[in-house]
Amino acid sequence: MARTTASRLLRLETVFLVAVGGFAGANLRYALSVAIPGLGGTFAANVLGCLALGFLVYEAELVGLLAEETGLVAATGFLSSLTTYSTFAIEAVQSPTLVGAGYVVASYACGFAAVLAGRRVARALEGTVR
Amino acid sequence: MTTVDPAHLVGAGAAVGAILRYATNGYLDGITGDRRFPYGTFTVNVVGSFVLAVVTVSGAGTDVVHLVGTGACGSYTTFSSFSVDTVRIWENGDRLLAAWYAAVNFLGALLGIGLAFGITTL
Repeated sequence: MARTTASRLLRLETVFLVAVGGFAGANLRYALSVAIPGLGGTFAANVLGCLALGFLVYEAELVGLLAEETGLVAATGFLSSLTTYSTFAIEAVQSPTLVGAGYVVASYACGFAAVLAGRRVARALEGTVR
Repeated sequence: MTTVDPAHLVGAGAAVGAILRYATNGYLDGITGDRRFPYGTFTVNVVGSFVLAVVTVSGAGTDVVHLVGTGACGSYTTFSSFSVDTVRIWENGDRLLAAWYAAVNFLGALLGIGLAFGITTL
């Protein structure tokens, strides 16, 4: 019985952490979309989010200094909500064909490059910790 | 009538969207045996794009767009997990699957958006 209560409390903690991070991440995305007109707001949010998530994922794998709960708030909550695929896809469809195609290619290329840059930072950190 | 700050609507929708994304991932992780293809992120991206297109095309009010569109759908879908997944599949040596995963996310989203256009203009 106590075990069930404990696991429910942990699940509640997880849901709470993801929700708080999600609230803040989407707000930053919204602020960026207001500050940068056109496609630039979503693009900036997506590339920044890829850079940070790339770091967090490889930090967890290579270094492991950060707590699991930090991953829930920062990665599952904040960064996954800062970045968005639905708005990205709609914007691409609603743009003129060439602009839309360029937007998709640029977002993919910069997103993947940002993940690799984040991995590089995590590897550098791994080098200093060991 | 008092208006609600857009940031609060976006944030509230996003909190729900993020929890639903977490739940979707957990559910699909449990039922999909093949873990090389990230079904969870693929599913949220396609479903979220469909719902966002419905909200956009149906001419919903600004508050609904902020709460459900920018907030819930924006957070339910994710570009960062998608990019990390693609890079990881690539570096695991499965380059064809990585390219397929990157392409099929967009094709799926396009299909969802097209379906939404079709439904709302009926």
